[in-house]
Amino acid sequence: MSRATLGALWSFWRRNPLQLFTLVAGLALATALWSGVQALNAEARASYDAAASVLGEGRFDQIVPRAGDTIAQGSYLALRRAGWQVGPVIEGPLDAGDTQLRIVGIDPLTAPAGLGPVTQADDTVLQDFVAEGVLFAHPGVAEALEAALAQRVVADPGLPPDTAITDIGIAQRVLDRPGELSRLIVAEQQPMARPPLDEIASDLVLQPSQQTADIAQLTDSFHLNLTAFGLLSFAVGIFIVHGAIGLAFEQRRGIIRTLRTLGLPLRQLIALMVLELLILSLVAGGIGVLLGYLLAATLLPDVAATLEGLYGARISGSLSLNPAWWLSGLAIALLGTALAATGALWRIARMPVLASGKARAWAVASGRLRGLQGAAVAALLLASGLLTVLGDGLIAGFAGLACLLIGAALALPVILDALLTLAQRRARGVRSEWFWADTRQQLPGLRLALMALLLAMAANVGVSTMVSSFRLTFIGFLDQRLTAELYVGVESEDEAPRLQEFAEPRTDAILPLLSVDTRLADQPTQLFGARVGPSYADNWSFIASDGPVWERVDGGEAVIINEQLARRADLWPGDSLPITPDVTLPIAGVAGDYGNPKGQAVIGEALFRDLYPAERATRFGLRTDDPSALRDALVDEFGIDPGQITDQAALKRFSLDVFERTFTVTGALNILTLAVAGFAMLMSLLTLAGMRVPQLAPAWALGVTRAELGRLELLRAVILAGLTLLVALPLGLALAWMLLAVINVEAFGWRLPMYLFPLDYARLGAFALLAAMLAALWPARRLARTPAAHLLKVFANAN
Amino acid sequence: MRMLLDITDLTKSYEGPEGRIEVLRGIDLSLGAGQTLALTGESGSGKSTLLHLVGGLDQADGGRIVIDGTDITDLDDAGRAALRRDTVSIVFQQFNLIPSLDVAANIAFQARLAGRHEPDRNHALAAALGLTDQLGKYPEDLSGGQQQRVAIARTLAAQPRLVLADEPTGNLDEATAAKVLDQMLALVAETGAALMMATHSPGLAARLDARVNLSLGQLA
Repeated sequence: MSRATLGALWSFWRRNPLQLFTLVAGLALATALWSGVQALNAEARASYDAAASVLGEGRFDQIVPRAGDTIAQGSYLALRRAGWQVGPVIEGPLDAGDTQLRIVGIDPLTAPAGLGPVTQADDTVLQDFVAEGVLFAHPGVAEALEAALAQRVVADPGLPPDTAITDIGIAQRVLDRPGELSRLIVAEQQPMARPPLDEIASDLVLQPSQQTADIAQLTDSFHLNLTAFGLLSFAVGIFIVHGAIGLAFEQRRGIIRTLRTLGLPLRQLIALMVLELLILSLVAGGIGVLLGYLLAATLLPDVAATLEGLYGARISGSLSLNPAWWLSGLAIALLGTALAATGALWRIARMPVLASGKARAWAVASGRLRGLQGAAVAALLLASGLLTVLGDGLIAGFAGLACLLIGAALALPVILDALLTLAQRRARGVRSEWFWADTRQQLPGLRLALMALLLAMAANVGVSTMVSSFRLTFIGFLDQRLTAELYVGVESEDEAPRLQEFAEPRTDAILPLLSVDTRLADQPTQLFGARVGPSYADNWSFIASDGPVWERVDGGEAVIINEQLARRADLWPGDSLPITPDVTLPIAGVAGDYGNPKGQAVIGEALFRDLYPAERATRFGLRTDDPSALRDALVDEFGIDPGQITDQAALKRFSLDVFERTFTVTGALNILTLAVAGFAMLMSLLTLAGMRVPQLAPAWALGVTRAELGRLELLRAVILAGLTLLVALPLGLALAWMLLAVINVEAFGWRLPMYLFPLDYARLGAFALLAAMLAALWPARRLARTPAAHLLKVFANAN
Repeated sequence: MRMLLDITDLTKSYEGPEGRIEVLRGIDLSLGAGQTLALTGESGSGKSTLLHLVGGLDQADGGRIVIDGTDITDLDDAGRAALRRDTVSIVFQQFNLIPSLDVAANIAFQARLAGRHEPDRNHALAAALGLTDQLGKYPEDLSGGQQQRVAIARTLAAQPRLVLADEPTGNLDEATAAKVLDQMLALVAETGAALMMATHSPGLAARLDARVNLSLGQLA
């Protein structure tokens, strides 16, 4: 019995391959976009985890130098002798041919348990480490390292990307830094009676674990943004699946009724339909996971560049296939199908066996249903407003955004119906009246595709507004901040005074770049000492300020903080900020800072030097009217390595490059979402084309030609897309506002001004109309070429 | 003669826009195995409702329907589905074929559900109903008369004890209707099944063993 029934159910798809294709393609695309994004996130997180587990990043307290990047081996030995359980680490960059990698040296005998190569962790490792001089390297760099060094290299996939780990003695030799250490890892268990760190090595400072490179936390917001886009794309795909399943079930009402009258129990029928959907969703999910893998592999290099550029987080440039990932891809495909099919299955379960076998006017909303939809729209929009105003945190921001988008999507059919009713009332002439009435009749069948189009267009408007606003602000910010024409670094602190002496007569101003990493208002902060002059005073603008900002900072009477620190610590002009236990300064200004996610503060140079006398600048900004002459003089006369000089234009180019790559991923997802919506429109129109014949046959019989019917179908699609665009534009701008004023503040700590880009919107509108026209072209052409016999059949089978 | 179908004091009403409508008001009826019965009456007299109740497609408000010794009024959905699969089969005015299956698969379908699939028998039925050349076609390619013959073949292929027919020739022209009815009666007689057929046509009704007339929900 089950076999016969499954055969009958499957025969529907065999006879309607286009609908089968729509269902499978919709689900596969939705799964692909979702699982592609998840693959990117999983790959990045795996890299962070590898860094944490193998190198101890973020897991253990560490001892680091107060200034510079080197700890003398003697300080380490003194600490060990005093009872401190610490393990030495040296790390540094190494060029192995064309490959740049990071060499990390540890002492396996003193390193806390768990550090070191992961997959090779057996008894031979320690021996290899200590006695054999083996380097364990990430497979991506192992070959290059082996070619460059005499030591044996073992590939270890458990290591972070572009990293090799070895015994500390080997690392010091390879890096040519004998007797030097970079940091000390502090074991969790320490003897109670050990002397304080200051007494043994006052040039060292203890960093609690959460203060060290907590890359996963820093990058969470980036991954959440990606996830949100993945979810939006998935939602657009699920609209297609919902439409395809809903339509297929409606069209199969006749079959279902017949099966039941022939003696198939309802429960068994439902079970077989669920089984049928399960098989379809597994097939589509499998295709989706495969497409998602290809998508992720394509986007991974850009994501890797973005994460390294923004956060300094290294992630692997190649994708690994994790079973958990593809299983979760299949699970999301099943979940999406369940979401899309539950309503249709519920209707079938409740359908009396004697219900009409004819497909109802497909998904025509009854008055009661329209009322419910209206209530849902009002509730969602209200929830969105409340979450935006009262909500706290990134999750609340995204939840508000989701409520806004779903609410607007549900409101779309109601708005379109009202607009079409208005057009029908104002129509002059019988044909145009019929056209508007017929367009209204099409609305229920097209509503899901139009909702998908609305979401895709709104996302496009919103994201392009955000990115373009960000670009304008960021370029302005770079112009403000990169005031010096040349940036020069010296190799050692001793060289700095000689450089200043040399540059003094050749420049308009020398700006030493002095900074220390510290904690202010309980937030990790980079504290700068600024040599106040016109370079700063003329260029910096403030979000909020109090009095003559730079004069007060120059006099050591006030501090400037960036927006990130201001928002996180809720500090604003007029508030006081303790800089050291002895020095507390009022805040004079809050500056917009779009270059990093960290807190920053600026005090005057004199005060900085008083507070941190050991700190010496090794990088300087040089102001000059003739940068190329100054560069030549520095290289030819002073003898500086040209690689130590960065000009402003190159720095801006680099920063903008990081910026552009940051948004390559969201841009690609944006375009894909729009393409999926266009596909939804095409499939809906094609599917509906078959159902249109009985609706259009009377008009044909009354004298409207088939060619004219085809043209009107085309016009109808364009009008509906155009009206959807009218709703998408304000929705997209609302989305942009929420991204800039809510999500961005929660994710990165800064709020961006919003600019409008009418030309971009006009271009998007033209694309959307063109896409709708292209989607309608094929169905309209098919309709225009419908043989008269098919139209006549409608009247022959009128019963 | 042993009664295959026994109906006692059967009542059924529906909620209409203008209040409750009593469609059947105390019907008593019996049908022996192998007998044929015509059910006549005006539109709205309750003919289809009576057939639906006997076929287990709907539930009565009161009274009893006993088919082959089983009271079907107390059966749940699964029990009534089993009744339709194994004992009773219905020929509808609108044919109710499965559009995505070809003629051969449509004919075999109910027999497969009932576990009584006999390919030779199906071929014989198709031949007797003049459908041999149509077996590979789909319902949309057939005329109304051909579709109804497929529906009859499907019903008889399942070898039911009781065939219910609701205006089986209502969509056919007079000549085709007569031909289809001839074939149906011959095949029902051959299988020994009982037949209860609702019809408007006094001519068709006259060709069956017995005839009852329904008027305002009661047997006249």
